Amino acid sequence: MNDVIDKNMELKNNNKQLFNICLRTSSLKNPGSIKTYQSIGGYEQIKKILKNKIDPQQLIDEIKISGLRGRGGAGFPTGIKWSFMPRDYDGTKYIVCNSDEGEPGTFKDRDIIRYNPHQLIEGMIIGAYIMNAQVGFNYIHGEIWEDYISFEKAIEDACKAGFLGNNILGSGFDFELHAVHGYGAYICGEETALIESIEGKKGQPRHKPPFPATYGIYGKPTNVNNTETYASIPWIIEHGGQEFMNQGVPNSGGTKIFSVSGHVEKPGNYEIQLGMPFRQLLTEAGGVWKNRQLKAVIPGGPSTPVVPAEIIMNATLDYDGLVQIGSSVGAGSMIIMDESTCMVQALRRLSYFFYEESCGQCTPCREGTGWVYRIIDRVFKGQATLADLDLLTDVSKKISGRTICALGDAAAIPVLSFIKHFRGEFENFIKYGKSAT
Amino acid sequence: MNVKLKKLIDKELKKYPSDKKQSAVIAALAIMQNDRGWLSKEDISEVALYLGMPEIAVLEVATFYNMFDLKAVGKYKLSICTNISCMLRDADHIVNHLKEKLKIDFNEVTKDGKFCLKESECMGACGGAPLLTVNNQKMHEHLNIDKVDQLLKELK
Repeated sequence: MNDVIDKNMELKNNNKQLFNICLRTSSLKNPGSIKTYQSIGGYEQIKKILKNKIDPQQLIDEIKISGLRGRGGAGFPTGIKWSFMPRDYDGTKYIVCNSDEGEPGTFKDRDIIRYNPHQLIEGMIIGAYIMNAQVGFNYIHGEIWEDYISFEKAIEDACKAGFLGNNILGSGFDFELHAVHGYGAYICGEETALIESIEGKKGQPRHKPPFPATYGIYGKPTNVNNTETYASIPWIIEHGGQEFMNQGVPNSGGTKIFSVSGHVEKPGNYEIQLGMPFRQLLTEAGGVWKNRQLKAVIPGGPSTPVVPAEIIMNATLDYDGLVQIGSSVGAGSMIIMDESTCMVQALRRLSYFFYEESCGQCTPCREGTGWVYRIIDRVFKGQATLADLDLLTDVSKKISGRTICALGDAAAIPVLSFIKHFRGEFENFIKYGKSAT
Repeated sequence: MNVKLKKLIDKELKKYPSDKKQSAVIAALAIMQNDRGWLSKEDISEVALYLGMPEIAVLEVATFYNMFDLKAVGKYKLSICTNISCMLRDADHIVNHLKEKLKIDFNEVTKDGKFCLKESECMGACGGAPLLTVNNQKMHEHLNIDKVDQLLKELK
C-alpha cells in the first residue's frame, strides 16, 4: 500500500504551500471590517456581475471548472449543487450558509466569520444572484456567541454600503441576509435538521428526497452550503475557475482550511493548497507537542476514520489522498494524538458525544449510540470481556446505513476504525483493567 | 415579558415572513434566558403566547437544544467543553480544579447561588482548547489553572 502512496506522491505536484483564500484578510489590521475587505478588492465581483448582468449559467460553469467541493464534509461539487435550484420558480427561494460547526475538532467557519465575514457575505450575494434567491440565512453555532454578534454587525455594514437589501447597487436585484443562531445541537449541522431549526422546531433531519433544492425552508427551494464553500466564491469569480483548480490537485481543486487541534505546538487554522503532504502541515503546526511522537490522527473530524501515524505520515491532504489511506477530508478537522494518548479513553469520549447528540428520531441511532457508549465505558472501567469487542463492532455495523441522516454512520466510523487499528489497547484494558499507554 | 424583551424578540421576528413567527422561537427563548439565567414554565408560556405557538412546541425546542436551562443555574453558568480536542489538552485537569474549588459537581449550583458547572459538547473553537463559556455568551480559551482562578475572581 505504501508503494501506491509513494507513487501517487511523486505524480502530484507537491510544491504546495499555505495559501489564504477564505482567510485572506487574516493577517491585515482589522481583518473583519468592510473597509479592510474592500481594500483587497472586496465586493468588486458582485459589482462586476450586477453591472454587466453576467449570465448565471456562465458563473456556474466557472464554479464547475474550479472543482470547488462542499467544504462542510460531504465534498459534493458546488457548481452541480447550485444547478439543482429551479431557476424559473415563482416565489421566494432561500439560500442558507451552514456555520453550525460542532463536530469535535472543527473550528474553521468561526475564523471566516470573525476575520473575513464580508467575503462570505459577497459569496452569498453571488450565490443568491446565480440561484435567483431573495432571502439568505447564516446559521451560526450557538456557542460562538460573540462571533454571531459580530456577524450581525457585518451584515449591517454591508446593508449600509448598499450590497444587501432592495435594488442592490441600482441593479434591480434584491437580496436580504440574516444571521440566525443555533443553541447547542450538533445535529443542526445536517442540512435538513438545520432547515427544521430555522422553522423553529427540534433539529430532526428530514427524509431525502425531496431534497432542499425542491423542498427546503417553508417548503420553498433552498440551497444549503458550508461557510468555507461560500467564502471561496468571490476569489473564484475574480481569478477564474481554472486558477482556483490549479491551487490544488486534480479532483481536489483549490485551497482548504484544516483546523489542527490536539497535541500540536501551534493549534489553529491552516488554509493549504490541496495536495500538501501531511508531514508538511504537521510542521506548519509546530509539530507534535512536547517533543513527543505522533500516534494517530483523525484527519477530518470524528466522522472520518482514525489513521495511525505510520500511514498518515506518507499521505497527501486532498480528497483522493485521504481516501487512499482509508479516511476522508471531512470538514478538515484534524485531531492530532501523541504517543501518550489512550485510544480507549479517546473513543469513549467520542462515543459519548454521538450518544448525547443523537436526535432520537431513528431507533438504530438513538438506542445504538447508547449501547456503543456503555460498552466502551465497560471496557474503560475494566468490566468488559473480549466478546464485548465483537458486540461493539456488531452494534456499530447495525447503526450504519439504517438511519435517516449520516449521524448514525458517523457514530459507527470511529468505533470501527479505532478497534481496527488499536485493538490491542482495547484488549489490554479488558485483560488488565488499565491503559496500555 | 417586559417591553425591552419584546423589542429584542420583535427584532428577531423581522428576519422571517410575518406568518412564520415560530422561526424566532430559539432566539426568543435565548433572549428570555439571557435576561434571567434560566427558563421557567411561565417563560415558556409567555413565548408560546407571543409567537402564537402551542406551549408544547416551545417546550419541545427548549428541551432539545442543550444551551437552554429549565432549572436555575446560579449567577454564572460555566460550561466547559470536555470533548476530544479539549480532553487532549487536559480539560479534565481544569474540570477537577473547578469542581474542587467550587465544591460542586456537574449540574450543581454553589451554595451561595453564584456558580453552576456544566459539561459541554464541542463549541467549535478547538484551536483554543481547553475552553469554557460564561452564561453562554463569553468564551474563555487556552485555559490553565491560573487563568481559571483569575476568572473566578473577576466574576463578582
